[in-house]
Amino acid sequence: MTIAGTKSGAGSVGPLRKSSGIKGRPGLVGWLMASPLVLVLVLFLVMPIIMIGTVSFWRATEFSIIPAFDFENYSFLFGSPVTYSVFLNTLKYALITWAVTLTLGYTVAYFLAFHVRSLTWQIVLFLLCTIPFWTSNIIRMISWIPFLGRNGIANSALLSWGVIDEPLDWLLFSDFSVILAFVHLYTLFMVVPIFNTMMRIDKSLIEAARDGGANGLQILWNVIIPLTKPGIMIGTIFVVTLVMGDFVTVRIMSGSQSANVGRLISNDIALLQYPSAAATAVVLLCSVLIVIGIFLRFVDIRKEL
Amino acid sequence: MHEKRPKSFYVLAGIFGLFLLFLYGPTITIGILSFQGPSGGLTFPMRGTSIHWFADLFEQQAVGDIWGSFWRSITLGLMVMVTTVVVSVMGGLAFRKHFPGSGLVFYLIITSLVIPSILISLGVGLIFNQLGLPVHWATSGFGSQLTWTLPFGLLIMFAVFNRFDKSYEEAARDQGASAWQTLRYVVLPIIAPSLIGVALFGFTLSYDEFARTLLTSGSYNTLPLEIYGMTTNVTTPVIYALGTLTTLFSLLIIAVFLVTVLVLGRRKAKTGSDAGQGLV
Repeated sequence: MTIAGTKSGAGSVGPLRKSSGIKGRPGLVGWLMASPLVLVLVLFLVMPIIMIGTVSFWRATEFSIIPAFDFENYSFLFGSPVTYSVFLNTLKYALITWAVTLTLGYTVAYFLAFHVRSLTWQIVLFLLCTIPFWTSNIIRMISWIPFLGRNGIANSALLSWGVIDEPLDWLLFSDFSVILAFVHLYTLFMVVPIFNTMMRIDKSLIEAARDGGANGLQILWNVIIPLTKPGIMIGTIFVVTLVMGDFVTVRIMSGSQSANVGRLISNDIALLQYPSAAATAVVLLCSVLIVIGIFLRFVDIRKEL
Repeated sequence: MHEKRPKSFYVLAGIFGLFLLFLYGPTITIGILSFQGPSGGLTFPMRGTSIHWFADLFEQQAVGDIWGSFWRSITLGLMVMVTTVVVSVMGGLAFRKHFPGSGLVFYLIITSLVIPSILISLGVGLIFNQLGLPVHWATSGFGSQLTWTLPFGLLIMFAVFNRFDKSYEEAARDQGASAWQTLRYVVLPIIAPSLIGVALFGFTLSYDEFARTLLTSGSYNTLPLEIYGMTTNVTTPVIYALGTLTTLFSLLIIAVFLVTVLVLGRRKAKTGSDAGQGLV
């Protein structure tokens, strides 16, 4: 392990401890207390990543995988036009979902933070938004079927209102339903951090802006949005990584008709093509980390907790 | 306080209401459809009402081993919950001490949170495979789920300790309390409500976890895996009945945790302890 600075980050946790307890060796005590955490992270996060990196250079036969060192998995991956279209599709899902969840999440958080006046109501409404997060994602996906199906509620309603003449096919098992499900599942990840930063805005700043003659929109644009940027960034990181790494939502909601990188990997796994799955996984991980790296330049997470 | 509400309030309140409808509507719909009559299908109209599909859940040939998977999920959820609470508290305390390498560990925690779940599944599966160990929900599945629950637990602990008033500990120390006594009688009672939050995350995230358990649970499925299997080959409302039951179970768990927090808060208010008053 490297020694990455004893007082790393924003150091918002206060000064170094002064005395008492097991004296003079806070590092050792700290390490002992962090050791279960480090153990779990090394065994189930670092080692798996290393393993995937290694296996991505291996060869596969029909029944097993053989240690090797060749770039065939990668050259196949980058040589296939499917790869590019699937990565593009993944980015498309991420971008659209991000835009929708940000708009929706921001509006909801704004309402909760600035328009709901009593703390009790804020807590109650906030809890109402978060409760679905603690229930099963798969069930929440499935529960769209009676809504969107060919004979579902949406189609019957539109038919009976005379808006359409025959049922719409693109409601279920389409890009539309995939993105709808993403928005349904992940908007919360925008609401929570944005609401959190909004609640920390000093209300006198807003009053000052109003006294200075700013109207509601100007206050929103020039005061509130800049101050909530960290929340937006954290929400963005959550949503983008969840969508980029997904494979279940796309499978269930597209009825196996659309692909993203996660599905590419899970298909390879189903065919026992582990080395090829590993190579795709490495590329996926790199793209996710690059995206995160870019976002992290705009926000110091430790300071925002 | 009695300032007139601006017009924008009603617009935003409308959007918020629609958002809640969007969140809960589908779930309520399958709740209704799970009472579909025996000849009913996956969509409206209802062909009578019955508890036929709930009864079906108790028949092996209709749904497979869902009760076994249910108990496995609960057991695993409890294991993950306890581990998450203990490890997060220890980790949170460790980070206050700025141990060497804490910056690196912090970035590992973030990585653990943002890494695509299928990588954990694949990587852990490969390691167990190459070592010749059998994958099992209580070993490889357990560890994989921790990589998802621990970051949430630790982020909560960071948030808690960033707002923690150190003078409580100093006061305890001045009174001659040992490090352990300070922790046991001062720090832990103050952070107890947050620990219930960590426990709630630990249990529910594990109970619903799917992607990281997919390749690491071995031959005995957890409930979400069982449900995932059903999505491909079950075309009757029995899957709605199962969905309704497991959602009700989740709601029950959430309610238990919320009530615990409320009761703790009330008891604290009653016994007149001002511990935690400094916490915002």
